[in-house]
Amino acid sequence: MLRILLLLVVFFATPLVAQTYGPLQTALQAQPELVERASRRSVGEVLDRLAETGAPNLQAFLEAWTDRRVVLLEAEGTFFIGARDGDTYQLTDIDTGQTSVAPRDAVKELRPNAGVRRVIGTALIEFQLSDPRREARIAALTALERNGSAALLEPLRTSMTDEADAEVAAMKSALERRLTARFDPDPSARITAIQALSDSITIEDRATLSRILASSLVVAQSAPPESDNVARVLTPIDDLPLAQAHALLVDAGLTEAPITREDRDTALIAAIENDTVAGIPVTSLDNEDARWAAYGALTNTAPALEGWGAIPMSDFEGIVIYERYAEPNAEITQAAEIASAAVETRLALHQTADLGLDALSLASIYFLAAVGLAVTFGVMGVINMAHGEFIMIGAYTGYVVQTIIPDYTVSLIVALPLAFVVAGAAGVALERLVIRHLMHRPLETLLATFGISIALQQIAKNIFGTQARPLTSPDWLAGSWVISDAISISWIRVAIFLLALVFLTAIVLVLKRTRLGLEVRAVTQNPGMAASMGIDPGRIGMLTFGLGSGIAGVAGVAIGLYAQVTSEMGAGYIVQSFMTVVVGGVGSVIGTLAGAGLIGGMQKGIEFLNPSNTLAAQTYMILFVIAFIQFRPRGIVPQKGRFAK
Amino acid sequence: MTLLRIPHVATVLVCLAIVTIGATVLAEAGLVSTSFVKTLGKTLCLCLVAVAMDLVWGYTGILSLGHMAFFGIGGYSIGMWLMRARTEGIVATQLERAALPPTPAEIDQAAALQIFGVVGSDEFPWMWAFSDVLFVQLLAVVAVPGLLALVFGWLAFRSRVTGVYLSILTQAGTLALSLWLFQNDSGLRGNNGLSGLQNIPGAEGVPQSTVSLWFLWASAVALGLTYVLAAWVVTDRFGSVLRAIRDDETRVRFLGYNVEAYKLAVFTGTAMLAGIAGALYYPQAGIINPAEIAPIASIYLAVWVAIGGRGRLYGAILGAAAVSLLSSWFTGGGAPDIDLGIYTVLWTDWWLVLLGFGFVAVTLFAPEGIGGLFDRIARPKRVGDLGPDAGALRQEEARGEKV
Repeated sequence: MLRILLLLVVFFATPLVAQTYGPLQTALQAQPELVERASRRSVGEVLDRLAETGAPNLQAFLEAWTDRRVVLLEAEGTFFIGARDGDTYQLTDIDTGQTSVAPRDAVKELRPNAGVRRVIGTALIEFQLSDPRREARIAALTALERNGSAALLEPLRTSMTDEADAEVAAMKSALERRLTARFDPDPSARITAIQALSDSITIEDRATLSRILASSLVVAQSAPPESDNVARVLTPIDDLPLAQAHALLVDAGLTEAPITREDRDTALIAAIENDTVAGIPVTSLDNEDARWAAYGALTNTAPALEGWGAIPMSDFEGIVIYERYAEPNAEITQAAEIASAAVETRLALHQTADLGLDALSLASIYFLAAVGLAVTFGVMGVINMAHGEFIMIGAYTGYVVQTIIPDYTVSLIVALPLAFVVAGAAGVALERLVIRHLMHRPLETLLATFGISIALQQIAKNIFGTQARPLTSPDWLAGSWVISDAISISWIRVAIFLLALVFLTAIVLVLKRTRLGLEVRAVTQNPGMAASMGIDPGRIGMLTFGLGSGIAGVAGVAIGLYAQVTSEMGAGYIVQSFMTVVVGGVGSVIGTLAGAGLIGGMQKGIEFLNPSNTLAAQTYMILFVIAFIQFRPRGIVPQKGRFAK
Repeated sequence: MTLLRIPHVATVLVCLAIVTIGATVLAEAGLVSTSFVKTLGKTLCLCLVAVAMDLVWGYTGILSLGHMAFFGIGGYSIGMWLMRARTEGIVATQLERAALPPTPAEIDQAAALQIFGVVGSDEFPWMWAFSDVLFVQLLAVVAVPGLLALVFGWLAFRSRVTGVYLSILTQAGTLALSLWLFQNDSGLRGNNGLSGLQNIPGAEGVPQSTVSLWFLWASAVALGLTYVLAAWVVTDRFGSVLRAIRDDETRVRFLGYNVEAYKLAVFTGTAMLAGIAGALYYPQAGIINPAEIAPIASIYLAVWVAIGGRGRLYGAILGAAAVSLLSSWFTGGGAPDIDLGIYTVLWTDWWLVLLGFGFVAVTLFAPEGIGGLFDRIARPKRVGDLGPDAGALRQEEARGEKV
């Protein structure tokens, strides 16, 4: 009761407070019916009057209007910005900003339609372009990008003169260039702007060019009219599928559509009487010829020269099909075509560079995954089918560390060496327990390590389940390094590249500069001679196996960061790793690098040519490797030494 | 007839006859289920491909990790006919109710939509051009694997790719094939594979229990014939050359033999055998999809042969039968789970672990496999030692010199 009383008091008190109108309200009250029932045509008048006031609140009011927040207090005939709150409205004076409350049924909401709101929005953009808030200016630019028009070109140029923020100024001038190219009344200004666009590959600039070059298919008899800006004349069959070309003719009313089989069958079915059609028994209509004959008899027509249902080529006589630019000025479309070609070339260059980066990052992953395999194969002459499972072990180590240490940066720093140690230890165990006892039986080693591989996969599945486990990268690795609109690479891939570089350097240094490396190379070249020089091949084998498996573990963490950790992830990389080793050359780190580069580059290249189908890319790549072996059976960097085969 | 005097040939044939006749009698009496008969028939097909694998690996020393791909191709070849003929039959029946009698083109189109609708296509791809002719598809069962093996083998053997390199290469080729088949536009229904193969067109009225017996007999006959053929090949001079190639390829080459031709003949011939085995297997399995061709299947094949004892034809049969039957027993939930108090060992989860480690154990401790045990009991004397592979210390396997 008290609340209602209070409301009534407020309701009747309001007019007393707002007796004198502020400038905006005054402007609105000049023709209030135009505000209340605004139409797209009439609203301009109101906007002009509002603009004349130069009131500071104008922008806020216009924003409220487009957002449908302006209300009419019916008894008073005055306008407010209102927000509904249950059964009442919270009213804000449009000039002073004073708030008051009114009951729901005393207030009428203005509901400007979409057309009106667009007109108001255009007016609003003018204000927003010089809004003191940076994000409002950017929002206005975004809106302008979507619904640019000739009318907004001038306000945009005006707002550019006193733009303080360098970034926004750059956005404005880029947008100005695009709008000039599309809407400037002066053709030479447009051509200049279009020529300027040819230096840029941003998606907006490309869209601008393609909008200028927008064209449609048109049919004309004899020749295109002089007034048409013709892009090119199309020949049916060569440039345009025959059916589509004929459909254009049909749409233009120049000919009739050929009879389709469906039309024929419908006509035949409709004419069935006593199991016959035009005197022909239905049961005989089980082939095309019989059906067409029946149709001919039924409709008393003869087939076209090309046969039943075919498109008569005579329809195209004396007809021109051409593409017509929406833009009537031929000079402008010509300039745009030239600019567009230049942009395409530039874009292709950038895309190639991007592809190169992709290939490089894929190659570094393959290198990390395969280098351990290459070294162990070189030293011990055995293929370790469980190598992929060491990748998996490394990745799961990273996952377990992450569940214990919540900080992603710290957990990553811990996970990398730990994965090396865990996978390396597993490798040493495998070497000690299995591989050592299968010395000189490489095929059986291959199968025995395969047995280990399926057992390890299944154990991982039993422990961690079948669903993929995430390995989250720290924030500083999130996002991408954007070099240009077409060139970007995620920071994780950059990090993997650096990691591969570190390991490459480390392995080369160990092999070339240390006693261990010397011994490893000796055993690789000639185990017998190395043994007689006092090197223990067993010990070297164990150490290299541990090293190779450890690197696989690190690769697992790296792979887990951008792909997901599953028990089958290693199996996905094992064949690629073998390919890398086989192509590169057994036992050679540099060979592995070359192999990884070749395989990674090939795969990305094929994916680029056939982007919809990454499965096919792998197939082609494997076929390529098989062919490659024909020419270089021992890889890019063949093994040297007396016992190299 | 001398072949039948070889103890293991006679034994295998007799065992095969006992199993087949026994299963038939029991099935007719209703004592064993149709699915058991099918499992038996499928196992015989796996034994058949294992014999082929033994010829190529155990006797010639080529560890091919691609023979299950040939097996799969055989299955796909016959599957195309089975699926198309059956679908066209169904579609023709449906279209009979239409107002106009269907034209052949309409039946084709409707069948294509039925088969390929699932991969978003409504026409038969080029490789299905002759899929309605049974003879062509039967020819494809041997011709396609044979041709693939011929081309691949020629390329590989010509450039002297041997040992683990060859294994990896065959594995890569198999992976390439299965990845290609996984695509929807490969023309073989991608991931979905071919299904409904257990329904034999023209035998719609025959119950599955009878069809399963037909296939059991067909598989048994095929296995028996292959076994005799394989035994003949390995006892003949040809077989001696094969074993010589396995033991020292270079020396055989120096003796004037065309090693590549021998290897190519075995590789291609066994690929064709694998195709036949697949063509008999998949109508019993009912469905084939690209996962069946994945490299892992071929590796399992090598595992069977190794466990059975390579270089012995009966070893291949023993290994394939024992491991595949055990495998379906364990994964099918037949094995009792072990309750350890704190943890229950579910065999469906742990069977692969057991198989993996068991396989390692066999390689380490019993390189001659199960067949090696038989050799100790019954040592063939009269027909001569076929030189079962002792599983070790051969130079072309060992890349380096013995230390």
